[in-house]
Amino acid sequence: MATMKALVCRECGKEYPTKAIHVCEMCFGPLEVKYSYEEIKKNISRKKIQDGPHSIWRYADLLPVEGPNFLGPHAGMTPLVRAKNLGAHLGLDELYIKNDTVNHPTLSFKDRVVAVAITRARELGFETIACASTGNLANSVAAHAAAAGMRCYVFIPGDLEAAKVLGNLIYKPNVIEIEGNYDDVNRLCSEIAGEHGWAFVNINIRPYYAEGSKTLAFETVEQLGWRTPDQAVIPMASGSLLTKIWKGLHEMKYVGLIDEVRTKINGAQAEGCSPISTAFKAGRDFFKPVKPKTIAKSLAIGNPADGYYALKATAESKGSMDMVSDDEVVEGIKLLAQTEGIFAETAGGVTIGVLQKLVKNGTIKKGDLTVAYITGNGLKTQEAVIDAVGRPVRIQPSLVAFEKTFKMGKNGGGDS
Amino acid sequence: MIKVRIPTPLRPLTKGQGEVETKAESVLDMIEALNTAHPGIKDRLCDDTGELRRFVNIYVNEEDIRFLKGKETSLKDGDEVSIVPAIAGGTPCRA
Repeated sequence: MATMKALVCRECGKEYPTKAIHVCEMCFGPLEVKYSYEEIKKNISRKKIQDGPHSIWRYADLLPVEGPNFLGPHAGMTPLVRAKNLGAHLGLDELYIKNDTVNHPTLSFKDRVVAVAITRARELGFETIACASTGNLANSVAAHAAAAGMRCYVFIPGDLEAAKVLGNLIYKPNVIEIEGNYDDVNRLCSEIAGEHGWAFVNINIRPYYAEGSKTLAFETVEQLGWRTPDQAVIPMASGSLLTKIWKGLHEMKYVGLIDEVRTKINGAQAEGCSPISTAFKAGRDFFKPVKPKTIAKSLAIGNPADGYYALKATAESKGSMDMVSDDEVVEGIKLLAQTEGIFAETAGGVTIGVLQKLVKNGTIKKGDLTVAYITGNGLKTQEAVIDAVGRPVRIQPSLVAFEKTFKMGKNGGGDS
Repeated sequence: MIKVRIPTPLRPLTKGQGEVETKAESVLDMIEALNTAHPGIKDRLCDDTGELRRFVNIYVNEEDIRFLKGKETSLKDGDEVSIVPAIAGGTPCRA
């Protein structure tokens, strides 16, 4: 801990103190945490990590906090599920699901980034925490704020799934619904952040917040027995998660936890909002913003702030990107549920749909050790699948009625 | 007059003002006008070739100019312009 040296501009290299700032005042480039890797290398080891807490905080040496008072003490260390059934269905020998549908406390990967953000915000002396969100982030910020006793403002687009709206209100933060899409929310919040002295986790705290996603890479490597996968399939909204998983893999090498990174990074988007995948397929290193129109609302960012870096990371890793239709998203959710018993939200459907595409077109090969990142829980986006799962068989409470129905082959569970 | 909202990183150039007014007929025009009133602002918004920097977003009446005509987007009296830095994270470190 306390291995942060400075914030540094990704574009021009200018350094800043490790405060609540996110933009280089010279060139508007994004600021990123700079660590003393040499110092970290001296202190870190596989054993120290394995003896640490069963949460993201076992990797605290590589996270941008001073410690030791960590908020969100239970985030992370979600199961890495060996997906034999789905693997067999797709024709993959070694497929794993990194299952963040069961992250603590709000059932999405955002619990990782928020734990880091709120810990850092508290260290910097903030009393109010806020965010612009497509839903999962707001849920996590609201829950963590309640537990930490901080004031909280969450800003969400006006068309969110009911469970994600309720999943804010229950913690009693100030919930502000904006008449517009996420990009409108984001722009407004960027302006609000300049006026109020709040910790906006994904704006002025973003350099710290975004680092939390690296723990998905750390855990995968540890859970695979200290090796990197051959292929990773990662959903993209802003592109930050993909970028940070790539960064996390390399950090493990820099500090001597692993010898090599052999992972190809693959990005997944929904057709109705695929500015990054579209740019990748066209061979461009810049993207054109779009107006999102997809059921995968958690990925519906038309102006993805990290799109440029996600394109770079994917190209560097010799990976690929693709996109799937809303129908394929629903099929992906069902396939994962019906083969592995994991109910993912729409972003998970995007990941599984793109995984399937990449296997079919030969990008991912049978023998590749593959990890698909499932980042949110299906119970939060029930609207997406409600018309696609059939209905229960309804009968009178009598054995005769049951036997009759059963013999007719209607043994429950909908449209099978 | 055009109302221009100035983001925090540029406020040292506008004597701390979060909002300034200027006359301009296009976004390009506005950048020149801002630069005359607040020298240095153009260098911060545009790179050496005069293109807008990658992480600068400009909105005219809440619409991203990339959905309009980019720098050539025309402005009229009463328009409101926001200059907002993109919020990006970062990439693979190089130890």
